[in-house]
Amino acid sequence: MTAGAAPATRHVEHVMGTVFSFDVRGTDDPEGVGRAVAWLHHVDAVFSTYRDDSPVSRLGRGELGLADCPAEVAEVLDLCARVERDTGGYFTARPPGAGLDPSGLVKGWAIERASGLLTAAGAPRHTVNGGGDVRLGAEAEPGRPWRVGVAAPPTAAGRPARGALATVVAGSDLAVATSGTAERGHHIVDPHTGRPATALASVTLVGPRLTTVDAYATAAFAMGEAARDWVEDMDDLEALAVTAAGETWRTSGFHRHVPPEFRGFLPAWPPR
Amino acid sequence: MRRALLAIVVTAAGLVLLLSFKPHQITGAGTPPAAVAQAPAGRSGTSGDTAASGGQTYTGDAADTRWGPVQVRITVADKKITRIEVLQAPDTNHRDIEINERALPVLRQETLSAQSARIDTVSGATYTSEGYVASLQSAIDQAGL
Repeated sequence: MTAGAAPATRHVEHVMGTVFSFDVRGTDDPEGVGRAVAWLHHVDAVFSTYRDDSPVSRLGRGELGLADCPAEVAEVLDLCARVERDTGGYFTARPPGAGLDPSGLVKGWAIERASGLLTAAGAPRHTVNGGGDVRLGAEAEPGRPWRVGVAAPPTAAGRPARGALATVVAGSDLAVATSGTAERGHHIVDPHTGRPATALASVTLVGPRLTTVDAYATAAFAMGEAARDWVEDMDDLEALAVTAAGETWRTSGFHRHVPPEFRGFLPAWPPR
Repeated sequence: MRRALLAIVVTAAGLVLLLSFKPHQITGAGTPPAAVAQAPAGRSGTSGDTAASGGQTYTGDAADTRWGPVQVRITVADKKITRIEVLQAPDTNHRDIEINERALPVLRQETLSAQSARIDTVSGATYTSEGYVASLQSAIDQAGL
């Protein structure tokens, strides 16, 4: 470490079928990261639908009652029910043709809790990125907010160069979640039709807590164009979307999360 | 300034490539070297006017693409592209107009690259462990930026 460089801890953990990146500033004591990583593995063991012996898999098959599961399962299912109501059913933990699958909420909820563990361990200045969904803690250093690049997705208009961004979000104590098909290639299904949602290439939501913002982003993707009015009506939630055709739209307050030098790249609001 | 110019040349070439995309031709742009060779701001086609906004403007030579001539002007301030104007673009038939309306928002995004944006982390559609290897987030984690 060079003289004057602020201490920092970085850690990459493969868990829950994806990769979690930790960036902790202002301390080189990795204790908080260790706790957060242990937490993520615990969540995976309890909630994985890929493990036949996980409590959630067994609950889904009727082998366990909810009361026999770890207490977090009831907490997550309550949150799922709330998000399902908030989104008019565009998010659901019981997708058509599948059993119980709260995965769409679990990751964001787990990241939010991991962020809390870091703060409680004396490491409030951090980012936790779980497979592209991000929770920002306190500023990287006083007066220096975190900067999150929002990846530009491939669209009918072309495949962006590697590293091309749709926008930049700056902030602290904030959640940024993007839903799309760009990296994973999986379809997000509209639960109302049972068919893949195809109107958007990606949608990015910014809000205070990843617990709900991540699942809201999944629902917004399934909504397609209707997501714009839905997000506009939600408190403390803003959206930027890239449509399948390569056009972009945003909600009225999204620009407040974008550094001034990048606001010129944002789509107009109100839309023309 | 030479380095900055090189970056501009590459970006401008990329813009022209995108402009010459057909809607269905997402993965391969064929062989568009004419655009690459001619689009850069350089030699006779370059004008280094100082714009009112304080940036420097550079006008590229018109490049002949298979859909017609393309010419762009960029404004550079503090070694970053701050504005792109498309001076000429194919508009001879309806299809071309459609291509441009779709492509132009993406072009503007193209100039917003991770290198220039000084970002700490990346939000994007969820990647798998395999997908992470090729991701921008992976590059950031390795670089310890």
